Order: sequence, then C-alpha cells, then structure tokens
Amino acid sequence: MFGDYSVGDLMSIMVMQGFAGLILFSVFVLMALGLAIIFGQMGVINMAHGEFMILGAYMTFLTSHLCETYAPGLYGGYFFMAMIVAFIASGTLGLLVEWTLIRHLYSRPLDTLLATWGLSLIMQQAFRSTFGAREVGVELPPWMMGSLPVAGSIEVQINGLFVMGLTILITAIVALLLYRSRWGLQVRAVVSNRTMSGAAGIDTRRVDRLTFGLGCGIAGIAGSAFTMIGSTGPTAGQLYIVDTFLVVVFGGAQSLLGTIASALTISQSQSTLEFFLTGSMAKVLTLLMVIGLLMLRPQGLFVLKVRR
Amino acid sequence: MSSGIISKSFTPSRRELLLGAAALSSSALIAPSAWAQQFPTAKVNTTGLAVTDTEVTVGILHSVTGTMAISETGSVQAEKLAIEQINAAGGVLGRKIIFIQEDGGSDWPTFAEKAKKLLVNDKVASVMGCWTSASRKAVLPVFEQYNGMLYYPTFYEGLEASKNVIYTGQEATQQIIAGLGWVQKEKGAKTFYLLGSDYIWPRTSNKIARKHIENFLKLKVLGEEYFPLGHTQFNSVINKMKLAKPDVIYAIIVGGSNVAFYKQLKAAGVDLNKQTLMTISVTEDEIDGIGGENIVGGYACMKYFQSLDNPNNKGFVSAFKKMWGDKTVIGDVTQAAYLGPWLWKLTVEKAGSFDIDKVAAASPGVEFKGAPEGYVRVHENHHLWSKTRVGRARKDGQYDLVYETAELMEPDPYPKGYQ
Repeated sequence: MFGDYSVGDLMSIMVMQGFAGLILFSVFVLMALGLAIIFGQMGVINMAHGEFMILGAYMTFLTSHLCETYAPGLYGGYFFMAMIVAFIASGTLGLLVEWTLIRHLYSRPLDTLLATWGLSLIMQQAFRSTFGAREVGVELPPWMMGSLPVAGSIEVQINGLFVMGLTILITAIVALLLYRSRWGLQVRAVVSNRTMSGAAGIDTRRVDRLTFGLGCGIAGIAGSAFTMIGSTGPTAGQLYIVDTFLVVVFGGAQSLLGTIASALTISQSQSTLEFFLTGSMAKVLTLLMVIGLLMLRPQGLFVLKVRR
Repeated sequence: MSSGIISKSFTPSRRELLLGAAALSSSALIAPSAWAQQFPTAKVNTTGLAVTDTEVTVGILHSVTGTMAISETGSVQAEKLAIEQINAAGGVLGRKIIFIQEDGGSDWPTFAEKAKKLLVNDKVASVMGCWTSASRKAVLPVFEQYNGMLYYPTFYEGLEASKNVIYTGQEATQQIIAGLGWVQKEKGAKTFYLLGSDYIWPRTSNKIARKHIENFLKLKVLGEEYFPLGHTQFNSVINKMKLAKPDVIYAIIVGGSNVAFYKQLKAAGVDLNKQTLMTISVTEDEIDGIGGENIVGGYACMKYFQSLDNPNNKGFVSAFKKMWGDKTVIGDVTQAAYLGPWLWKLTVEKAGSFDIDKVAAASPGVEFKGAPEGYVRVHENHHLWSKTRVGRARKDGQYDLVYETAELMEPDPYPKGYQ
C-alpha cells in the first residue's frame, strides 16, 4: 500500500500519525481522570460522568456568548475563563449531588449505579429543556484553530497541542494533590482502609464529598476542552462514556498510573489500527484486545496492594 | 430489501384518475362550508377512520426525546405549520385537521407501538412521521397490517416501496448521481474517498456512489471507510486522506460524529476551499452544531436549501420563522416533512375520500405546486419526482445554490446496475 509514496511523504505521515495517537491519549486521560478518582476513592461508578462533561461544554458555550457580547476585547482568551467556569459549575453540582444523593447510598454500590444513571437521564432532559434539543456550535477564538507547519509537509494541530498541554497540567495537579497534600494523604488512607481512617480521626464523609466534587469538576474541564474536537448537545455525553469506562476499568480502578498506562495502550493501538484498517474494524480489534487482557488480569493493569 | 408483502409498483385505473381529477376541479369552486354536504362523511369514510363532518384526525409520530430529538424537532415543526396553514385555507374536504402527537423516544420498538396505537385506537386518517430508516422499518409492518398511511420525510437508502408509505424525501440515487456528475464536470474530479457512519443508509449510499463512480463515470475510488456511530476521533483517517490525496472527499457521517469530523478536518489544516468535499448528510440543521466556520466551502447535495430563491420558499421560510422563532433554520428534511400534510390533503381531495386504499391509489400523479423546493409530483412508486441541487456552505450556516438539475429526477428505489 505504500508503493506510490515517497519516503518523505511516509515520514511526515508517520510523525503526524504518532501525534494523532498522542492527542487521542490526552483525550482519554482527560476523560477518565475524574471518573477514576471517584471510582478509586469511593467505589462509586458515576454513570452521569458524561453529563458532567457536557455541563462543562455548555458552560463554555455560555461563556463564549457572554464574552462576545459584553467583553469582546477578551474574546481571544475566553477559553481559559470558560474552563474555570466549567470546573466551578460541574464541581458545585457534584458536591450537591454527593450531599443529596450519593452519600445515602455508600453501603449499596449497585444502587449508586442506578441512581447516577437516573441522574444522567435527568441532566440530559434538563439540557434539552434549557438549551434546546439541537446541538449548539461553540466558536473558538481564531488563534486556536488551524495547524502549525513544523517541517516540510508535517503539520500539527493547535487544538491538539492545547489538549495535550491541558492534560499534562491537570494530571500534574491531581498527582500533586494526591501525593503531596494533606487531602491526598487522607484520600489514600481512606482508600486503604475506610474504617481505620475514620477511627484515626479522618472525616471520611468530607473526604468523599471533596473527592466527588473534584472528580466532577475535572469532568467539567474535560467537557470544556472537548468543545474543540466534538459536539455539544444534550446527549453528547454518551459519546464519551464508553471509552471512559474502558480506560478506567482496563487501567485498574484505584491507580492514577494505571489510568494513564491504559489510556496510552488503548489510544496507541486504536490510532495505529485505524491507519491500517477501517474505523469500525479498529474499534472491534481494540475491544477484543481489552477483553482478552482483562480475562488474564481481571483487576486491570495496575492494582494497589490493599489488605481487605 | 423488499419482502413479499411489499408491492413494488401499483397503478390506479384510468377511471379512478379521471374521477379524482374531476372531483378536484369541481371542488375548488365551492365554499368550505359546502364541502360536508357534497362529501358526506358516510361516503368519504367507509372504513371507520376518525373523520367527522367537521374534523379529521391525523397522527404525528417523531422522537421529541432521546438522541434523535436533535434531528426530528424540525420535522415536527414543519408538519404543524403545514397543518395550521391547511386549516386556515379551509381544511381537507372541508374538515379541520386535528393532530395527535406521539413520541417515538428515539427507540424503534416504541415507534411500532405508538404507530399501532395511532392506527388502532385513534383511527387516524394518516400519520406524518419517522426519521431514521430503523424507525421506518419498525413501523412498516404495522402500517401494512392495519392499513395506515405514512408520510415519511427523510432522504434514505431506497430499496423499499410500500403501498402504505409516501416517501417525501429523496431515495439514494436522486441524492447521489447528479451530484457526482456535477463534481466530475465542474471540478474535474478523478479520484474519490468515501466515508460514512457504520449503518445501512451510508453503506447503501456509498455503494451506489462507488458503482456510479467506477462503472458509469469510469473514475477511481481511493478508499472507503466506516466509523461506529458516535465516533469522535478522525485524526487517523484525515492523515490517511492526506496521504491518498483524493480530488473529492465524499462524506456521509451523521450525528455527533459529524461535528467532530469537520472540526478535526479544519484543525488538521484541510481547507475546504482548496480540497473539494461533498456530503449528503449535512443540512442547515447540522451546520448549527458543526459551526459554519468549520465547514465553509464544503458542498452538500440535497433537494432543498433554505436559501432557495423562489416565491414559495420565501413564504414558507417567513411563515416557519414566524411560528417557531427567528433563529430556527430549515434543512432538507424539514422541508420534506412540510410536504407530507399538503400532499395528503391534495390526494384526499383528488380521491374524494379519506379511505386509505383510495388515497394510496390516487397518490401517483398528485402534484404540489406550492412546494418550497418548487414543483413536486408523486411517482407510481410513491416517491417524489424532484430536482437534485448542490449547495456550497457559507460561514453563516446557509448554503449558496451552485447547481440544480434542469429536469425533475425520477425516483428509482431499486436502481438497476447499482446493487
């Protein structure tokens, strides 16, 4: 299949393809981070994760409109404001949901699945009633569109670079919080042994609430960033949720490193396969590979050694 | 595919046609109040449909919740507008149209259930509804078993022709063939790259496109690829296309994937003013979500654009905006949905009866001169004769008409040499 192309062509395509894989990797990490934190810490599978992302996307849409109307001078930088707004909106809603709904269900993990699924339906309908059933278009400031010519025919997308940078930043912040802050220490203590940490004076309820809020807030940021590459509509969250679960489950639910490693494996195999096969076949083979590996390692790639 | 119960074509007898024509011309002269006397309910409704001396009930069956609500909302709006206008003009055979709206909920079994409810419980005289092929396939047996009449608005893959359905959208050949001919002639295209979402409509359409490109135009297809519904990452295929350098990207991607595809195409530096792209799945409705700046310069092959410059369309667009708000946009399917109630009214008045069998038989030959897309006529196979048009996307989300076929295209749901 490469017969007709020059070596230079092939080289630049390989570089761009590698870059496409890295973008996909960043997208996966960003999607999965919030869910992984919540799942790992509390054992709650948040089925409404996609909807928290879309809440962030809608906040971006609103911010861009407000900015255009009231502060056109700041338009070039509205995206940064939008991400902060998205984090606050999704995070606040997350805290509220934890307080009203999730905390009553900690002893019934299967019921949280059902409750958060119901929540996702409610949120979808709320989006539909508020913003309309149709998708909304989020306009980007001009500097974020297009691509940078690197060398010869090699071009890299600016918004791809942006997502990568954002992912690195958020992951670093989360890692710092988890492994260097007092809150992180408490989280890790609660993950290891909830009862003992409670006995040692850690307010486990408070830790739970903050974790849930943070997880949802990160989902909001992810949703905000994804307005650059995907659609914003009431049910768009469903587009991401399957891949998100895949990454989290495959990585091993309780480990940040696992999430990253799993996102890397899935994204690289998918983008490589997509190049040689068609989109549908690539997905099939990726899923088969994940199923195969999960049969060998049901706990996922990385597991914390926890005494139960 | 057609099954035994679906008849491929059926022709009304000459006598019926003449009778219908006579009824239409004489009825046009009398005042609405006199209709009921000239067409007593017992005579125009022999099968127990919901028709009284003053009213007739029809059904509207679309998804207003779930994934498909995005697309089907416009159809519901257009059908309600048409019904309101028909009532203002005196109704159907002097009877005011009442509608019962049911929600298919983006779920195909629900569509079948609601169709049965409309036909069996409500005894509606016709149903305007469905959008996806899957929902139409789900309700088709219901309409054939209980003998109902469905006006189906969406452009679709063809390979179907039922006595109980009037297809007001284009079947695949009407949408594809003229557009490919245009792009060959006008753009000098020699090579094509076909893309699609992975389900029946894009696959069947691309199959027809490939046959036409290879066998009739004698040109080359460089690649053909499908993506799962909801796929959001197109960077790999964009790289592949950069390597293959096709003259034309032919895209039939739908739903949320659409938005992701065009945004990523733009981000990858593919300028649609230089790279020819043709799509049959992006109407003005979809551009709302994609963002005009991401698809500007791309070509769409449809039968209707909101920007069409004719008196019918101007009236339609302003009435639509008056009813549903200034910001609404009107896509191809929305216009096709608007045709449904009108065609039904014209057919009933031609047949002089609400009976399903008579309406089905009277349908071929029915003309609607007030169609926003221009003149349309019902073919014997229950599809519409209509023109194919190519439009070029503008930044504001509208299309500029760049080409339209001189003649009406004949609907051909079972195209020979394309299967």
